[in-house]
Amino acid sequence: MRQAIRGAAALLAAIAAAPAIAAPATTGPVEQQPLNLIAIGMFVVFVASTLGITYWAARRTQSAADFYTAGGGISGTQNGFAIAGDYMSAATLLGLSSLVFAKGFDGFVYTIGFFVGWPIITFLMAERLRNLGKYTFADIASYRLEKTPIRTFAAIGSLTVVCFYLIVQMVGAGQLIQLLFGLPYNYAVVLVGVLMMVYVMFGGMIATTWVQIIKACLMLGGGTMLLLLALSQFGFNIELMAQKAVATHKDGIKIMGPGSMLSDPITAVSLSLGIVFGNAGLPHIMMRFFTVPNAREARKSVFVATGLIGYFFLVVCVIGLAAISILGSDPQYWVDGKIGGKIIGGGNMPVMHLAKALGGDVLMGFLSAVAFATILAVVAGLALAGASAIAHDLYVGVFAKGNAKEGTEMMVSRIATVGMGIAAILLGILFKDQNVAFLVALAFGVAASVNFPVLILSMYWKDLTTRGALWGGLSGLVSAVTLVVLSPAVWKTVLGNKEAIFPYDHPALFSMTLAFLVTIVVSKLDSSARARSEQAAFDDQYVRAQTGVGAAAASAH
Amino acid sequence: MPQKTYQRIRSNPKFTTLAGDRSRFAWLLTAIVLIGYYAFMMAVAFKPELLRAPLWSGSSLTVGVPLGALIIIGSWLLTGLYVRRANSTYEKLNNEIIKEAR
Repeated sequence: MRQAIRGAAALLAAIAAAPAIAAPATTGPVEQQPLNLIAIGMFVVFVASTLGITYWAARRTQSAADFYTAGGGISGTQNGFAIAGDYMSAATLLGLSSLVFAKGFDGFVYTIGFFVGWPIITFLMAERLRNLGKYTFADIASYRLEKTPIRTFAAIGSLTVVCFYLIVQMVGAGQLIQLLFGLPYNYAVVLVGVLMMVYVMFGGMIATTWVQIIKACLMLGGGTMLLLLALSQFGFNIELMAQKAVATHKDGIKIMGPGSMLSDPITAVSLSLGIVFGNAGLPHIMMRFFTVPNAREARKSVFVATGLIGYFFLVVCVIGLAAISILGSDPQYWVDGKIGGKIIGGGNMPVMHLAKALGGDVLMGFLSAVAFATILAVVAGLALAGASAIAHDLYVGVFAKGNAKEGTEMMVSRIATVGMGIAAILLGILFKDQNVAFLVALAFGVAASVNFPVLILSMYWKDLTTRGALWGGLSGLVSAVTLVVLSPAVWKTVLGNKEAIFPYDHPALFSMTLAFLVTIVVSKLDSSARARSEQAAFDDQYVRAQTGVGAAAASAH
Repeated sequence: MPQKTYQRIRSNPKFTTLAGDRSRFAWLLTAIVLIGYYAFMMAVAFKPELLRAPLWSGSSLTVGVPLGALIIIGSWLLTGLYVRRANSTYEKLNNEIIKEAR
């Protein structure tokens, strides 16, 4: 297939849940592979069991609180697994391990960047999110600010991030199913869209949470199994594995230290700001903090999630190193048997090849099914976040001015879910064969420059006013989008111009700084009566944020 | 009702202690994690040879490997420290404050 080359670069980025993976284009062509019955069989088992859970969850989803937040009835540990499930996408398994496989230590440096946001969320955000929020992060931002404009703006911010992220996941699903299952692209896109609608529409947050938990367990189990099998080849001695890797990789000892990928400090800082703080502005992640009964469980859930994510990231890096050592000396995994040339099936395949080398077709089939299940779970979380922004923020908060019946709100959120599903399918088909790498940078850029500043300042800064939040958010949105359009990823790669106008792929250093500056300056200059009452309301908000008095309680069941 | 409660809580000296202690602790830990991470990133960008040094003479593993792992494991342990203190000491103080405001 001719689309292969263009699709290839897209794939690595496509399944990415993180911007960094978009950067190195180390992929080979994506071609439809022979039908993989073991993988399909295992995937069918996953789908059947999650549909069973959805049926069970549907009977427990009776109120709007059940739908959006599982009634606040998820325990800290369960929520920790679900957060880890939301955050560890197919890109973590395939993309990061491939990055280590191709670039060695540089891949490890990227991986660390994706992790560091989590401790920060634990220290500064978890308890306040839980104490101030109800269903969406707009609840927090609009706590003492003018409801209508702030809710509208927060909903737009959320939906923008959700849509970009959704496209990336859908395109990734299509590519992945071609690669791993040997089925056509459009099948995957429709299948993912429909299943996501079913999970969310009927099972709401309860079903979505359990899909995440199961998927997180599968992913952790599969990764651990692969890790142990790989280590056993080297007598559980990492130094031995590293020696073999250095001897096989074409860059030799260079793979064990920082290479060229991050040598430009501005790129490195802008990228890491985007990942670290964008992570704290992703609507489907923030939403998870409203599913636990209180701040205590919210803290516990980030502790569990951080541990699982950190563990899995380390596992993935060792797997990448093992792939260098084991695949690097075996010509059967390389196109035309040329070691160091192109890897069969494209740049995302090392972990799959490694699974085949160590555990045969069964392990490879299992991991393929896990990778696809992962996309499904992430997409369900995104759909729910999008549906809450539409139903709770735009319909109830803005359109009905807070006076909607609960039944109507739930109906609207279900219609919104169907809308999200249809939009996801159409966008997935529309963006087929497009290079969507830039969308990942965009999703995180917008999350870091629009959602994060408004959220953190509304929680921490007394002087924030509605006017400041709106102007700041708007300047963050406009600058993040503009800078990405002018960046090499879009201006050169997508639009085919010769030179990019803006030299960096990641906007956060500039757009996030601008958003904070504008918010602070405009708030300071705002001397209206509304501004003064908003500032005065901070004291009560502060007490609630600290103590949880007045926070949304868990529902009865 | 809540407004009055909030006022009572605010005037409780225990609340000032709780909010002050907890936020100092949280910001301290945040600073440790961010300084550690960005120091590592600066070494990657400006002093890569530091991280490329072999762990011991003749080893393939480099100094950068355990340092990177330390950032992940160390900052996770710090979250554990925070959550433990927040869920015991601070939570107890918090419950007292709420009780006294009733």
